[in-house]
Amino acid sequence: MERIPILRMGEFLLVTIQVDLHDRLATTLHDDLGKSLASTGARGVLIDISALDTVDSFIARVLGNIAQMSRLLDAETVLVGMQTTVAITLVEMGVSLPGILTALDAEKGMARLRAAMRKGRARASPKD
Amino acid sequence: MHAEMNTKILEVLEKHEAEVLAEWIKEQIGATTLRPDLLREGELREQCTKFIKLLRDAILGSNILDIQRPHWAPVRDMLGEISRSRALQGFSASETATFVFSIKQPIFARLRKSHDKADSLAEDYWSATVLFDKLGLYTAEMFQKSREEIIGRQQQEMFELSAPVVELWQGILCLPVIGTLDSKRTQLMLEALLERVAATQAEVAIIDITGVPAMDTLTAQHLINTVNATRLMGAECLISGVRPQIAQTMVGLGVSFTDVITKSTIAGALAIAFKRRGLGVKDLQPSEEPGV
Repeated sequence: MERIPILRMGEFLLVTIQVDLHDRLATTLHDDLGKSLASTGARGVLIDISALDTVDSFIARVLGNIAQMSRLLDAETVLVGMQTTVAITLVEMGVSLPGILTALDAEKGMARLRAAMRKGRARASPKD
Repeated sequence: MHAEMNTKILEVLEKHEAEVLAEWIKEQIGATTLRPDLLREGELREQCTKFIKLLRDAILGSNILDIQRPHWAPVRDMLGEISRSRALQGFSASETATFVFSIKQPIFARLRKSHDKADSLAEDYWSATVLFDKLGLYTAEMFQKSREEIIGRQQQEMFELSAPVVELWQGILCLPVIGTLDSKRTQLMLEALLERVAATQAEVAIIDITGVPAMDTLTAQHLINTVNATRLMGAECLISGVRPQIAQTMVGLGVSFTDVITKSTIAGALAIAFKRRGLGVKDLQPSEEPGV
C-alpha cells in the first residue's frame, strides 16, 4: 500500500509530501504519525507541503487533526512551504488551521519547532 | 410587403449612391457634432463609403427591419468598430451616433422623389426610420460598451497600482493600502502580498491601513483573510495605521481582530517586526539618556 515516509531526525519527525495527497493517503499518514509519535516520543512534527498544488477541505481537516493529535501526544506541528494559491484557497474556504504552526521553509520550520520546545520547557520547569 | 419597401431604399442607394454619399458627408461636416480635430475628412469618407456598401449588401440579403439577422453582421461589426475607435478618440455618445442619424436626411429626400403615392411613401419613411434608429441606437450602445471597457481597464490598472508591496527591511514587507477596500481589490492585494512573501521569503508582513477611509464588516473580513493566508504561508502579518474612528467602528460592529497584532502607527509595527527578526535600532549620537 502507498505510504508517505515519516523520517526521524533527533527529537522531531519529518514528513515531506511529494505525491498527490488523496484522502486515503491522508488518513493513513494521520494514523502512521500517531503511531510514530507514540513509539518515538518525538517532540515535534514538521510537514512539508511545498510540492502540493491543491489542498481540499478534507486534507485541510486531516492536517488540523494531526496538529491536535500531536498536541495531545506532547508534540508541536509545523506546516512549511504552503503555496500561495493553496493559502488563498484555504482562506476562501474559511479554513485557517488555528492550532498549527507555519513557516516559509523547512529550515525556518525547524527553528520554530526548537523555539516552541524551549518555550514549552521554560513553561514546564517552574512546576518541577 | 417588406419586399416592396426594400426595393425603394435599395433603389435609392443603388441609383444615387454618389449623391447620398456626398450629401451625407456634407451633413456630417456641417453638423456641430463633428470633431475635425479628431477625425480627418478622408477617413470619414472612407468610413461612409464602406458603410453604404455594407448597408446595401445587408438590405439585399435580408429583411430590412431586423438588424439582428446574420446578413447584417458586417454592418453591425463596422458600427461596432467605428464606435470603439471613436470612444477611444474621445468622441461623445451623440457625436458618435450622428454618424448614422445624419444619413437619414439624404436618403429621405431621395425616397420622396422615388415614390409617387403618399401611402407608400409614408410606409417607406416609417421602415427607413425604424432601420436607422435601430442602427443609431446600436451605435450608441456599442459606444457605451467600449467606454465601459475603457473604464474597466483603467480601473484594473489603478488596482494594480494600488497594491504595491514594498520591502522595508530584509525579511520585512509592507503593504500600504490607500483608498476603499472592496473584494476585488483585497483579492489583488492578497495575491500580490503572498507572491512577494513567497519570492522574498519574508517572515513579517505589515499591512498599513492609514489610508483606508472607512471599514465595514466585509472589509474587516477581507483583512482577516489576508492575515490568515499570510500565516498559512508561514509568515506573520501585522496591521498598522488603525485610526481611532476605525477602531470605534470595529468595536461597534462587533468585529475583533483576535490573534492579530494591530498597531496605531507603522513605526510601532516596524518595531515589532524588528524584534521578531532579532534586530534593533541604535542611536549613533552619544546622548545622556540610555538608548532604546
